[in-house]
Amino acid sequence: MNVVLAKNETGRALSDSFAVARDRLPGGGKVAEARNTAFEAYERVGLPHRRLEEWKYTDLRALMREVPPLAAAPDAAALKQAAAAVKLQAIKGARRLVLVDGVFAPKLSELEGLEKGVTVRTLRDVLETGDAALQTQLFTPDNANPMVALNSAMMTDGVVIEIANGVVLKQPLQVIHAASGATPAAIYTRSLLRLGKDTGATLVESYIAAEGAKAYQSHDSLVVAIGDNSRLDHVRLVEDGRDAFNISSAVITLGAHAHFNTFGMTSGAAVSRYQATITFAGEGSRVETNGVNLLNGRQHADTTLFMDHAVPHCASREVFRAVVDDRGHSVFQGRIIVRPDAQKTDAKMMTRALLLSDDAEADNKPELEIFADDVTCGHGATTGALDESLLFYLRARGLSEKEAQALLIQAFVGEAIESIVNDDLRELAIAAAQRWLEARA
Amino acid sequence: MPLLEVRDLKVRVEDNEILHGLTLTVNPGEVHAIMGPNGSGKSTLSHVIAGKPGYEVTDGQILFRGEDLLEMDPDERAAKGVFLAFQYPVEIPGVATMNFLRTALNAQRKARGESEYSTPDFLKKVREVAKSLNIPQDMLKRGVNVGFSGGEKKRNEILQMALFEPAVCILDEMDSGLDIDALRIAADGVNALRSPDRAMVVITHYQRLLNYIVPDFVHVMSKGRVVKSGGKDLALELEASGYTQFEDAA
Ligand SMILES: Nc1ncnc2c1ncn2[C@@H]1O[C@H](COP(=O)(O)OP(=O)(O)OP(=O)(O)O)[C@@H](O)[C@H]1O
Ligand SMILES: [Mg+2]
Repeated sequence: MNVVLAKNETGRALSDSFAVARDRLPGGGKVAEARNTAFEAYERVGLPHRRLEEWKYTDLRALMREVPPLAAAPDAAALKQAAAAVKLQAIKGARRLVLVDGVFAPKLSELEGLEKGVTVRTLRDVLETGDAALQTQLFTPDNANPMVALNSAMMTDGVVIEIANGVVLKQPLQVIHAASGATPAAIYTRSLLRLGKDTGATLVESYIAAEGAKAYQSHDSLVVAIGDNSRLDHVRLVEDGRDAFNISSAVITLGAHAHFNTFGMTSGAAVSRYQATITFAGEGSRVETNGVNLLNGRQHADTTLFMDHAVPHCASREVFRAVVDDRGHSVFQGRIIVRPDAQKTDAKMMTRALLLSDDAEADNKPELEIFADDVTCGHGATTGALDESLLFYLRARGLSEKEAQALLIQAFVGEAIESIVNDDLRELAIAAAQRWLEARA
Repeated sequence: MPLLEVRDLKVRVEDNEILHGLTLTVNPGEVHAIMGPNGSGKSTLSHVIAGKPGYEVTDGQILFRGEDLLEMDPDERAAKGVFLAFQYPVEIPGVATMNFLRTALNAQRKARGESEYSTPDFLKKVREVAKSLNIPQDMLKRGVNVGFSGGEKKRNEILQMALFEPAVCILDEMDSGLDIDALRIAADGVNALRSPDRAMVVITHYQRLLNYIVPDFVHVMSKGRVVKSGGKDLALELEASGYTQFEDAA
């Protein structure tokens, strides 16, 4: 049964939800203890609200009025529903890992020909049958963030991938989060990707829903460790159902001389938040993050990045673009900290927002905290409408208003999509943007 | 029936009246030249015909084959066959020229209820036209007009005109920025499109263009009006004596 929250009861329903679910959640002993600790941490704050600085634009207390029950394991019908949606995301040759309603679905997954030196396990397996080191690593995300804590308490499944030293994957690893949406449900997942030294991999994550999915909530988190001299390319596409919530976190740590290139695009979900913490733990490393929000109707999407330059000689580039129509609301919060030792840091952040209607909103909050003196840091932001003279040129050549806008939006977003190195993944992102554009035409 | 009829057109921009009652009738097969000093309202007229926002028509009419053009959106006008080669074509970064050309051509065809071009047919057509205008293929791979020289931008306008095969072509200073060879090639491109059911309105400051594209009528615009109309010899007369004689007439 759905529990409708009165304002002053906010979070109470979630507490009940945990109490009910606790016994069904995988992992005993230390894992169960860690879950309890996490839940207590969550309860101290409850659902985040706008008086918390980090959440001032995304007031979950106001936005999240219902707490659906924990999703049931998918039955045959749910799997079938999800399978149809998964097809749209298929990438030739990719190793595909599909989670349906937060549960690993072996039948929809494809791991054939997986390179030697790569191990893939489910989160459930790791929590239930052990590997203390992995379990500890799975609980590294900081419980100070209430939504991370809630996820730590409730996580039911996910994938745990380890890449041994020296292994370079030729094919992308694809994790698809599919919601069957048969009934409103809450989904809690966590995944881990550990790259050893001298490795290379590409990870693509897609969040999708079966046709006609009911309002559901997807709570996900990702823990990534990139070893020395390793490179990870990452693409994240949020195409959740238009009634859905997607609350996701990522914690990424880079060793020395490592490279992390990440692209994220949100075109789905009613309300979404992606909070990522990227920490440079070894010198000479580089991060490029490119983000895009494509929003219309009353969509709300918040990307909150925290770039932690903890060591010297690292570089980071953040580029974020938002296209907002109707009463959509895009939020970008970019915090960069350069710690006292992190000399020769080169950190830049740029945001651009395109507002397509008078009611569209884009909030941008850059925060630079610089404690080292020999650094290059900067940020910039622009907000504007589509250029009227360009629109007129296109219309004078026969394009309708929507077609002309679509071409200019594609161009605007295309510059970010260009940052995706893998051709197939670039196509996947272009197709996702295209679906958003076609839906508004 | 005339192809294009501008009747006593009055146009304001913000609070200034720019066109003060302009009349122009263009029949199928005709080539009209419009000359006139800077700021006399030539581009304003071309923009209003194409449907550019920001202009307020306070009086008069524009009819295209008897239909009220002012009631139509710019894309509707384009699909019906109104084409403006801009005096200052804009650069559109990130929109590949080929993609733009195909989207535009197919949008016009769709609006007219015609079938869309297949990719091979489209490519063949563009290549032919580009070749005849001496436009290198790699120019078409770039963003629309991005990094094009002034002359290249103008040639890209003529390319589009040849591709879309409009009924009325308004060429706003297509000769500015073109070197002598490019001018001849572009003019040849325009002449190739002359036909009994197509009309051209050529806006220019220079008689030289009219040696290549020989007009049936020449109109002199001054201060928002047509102050004199005549045959092609009028252009020669203007070349010799300038516009001062018309300043008072306006
Ligand atoms: N957006 C505008 N706001 C204010 N005034 C304008 C605007 N557009 C045009 N005008 C004015 O209208 C007048 C006519 O301009 P227009 O560009 O039509 O002249 P033109 O005959 O094409 O000149 P040229 O030969 O230099 O191209 C000029 O005085 C110009 O300053
Ligand atoms: Mg002009």
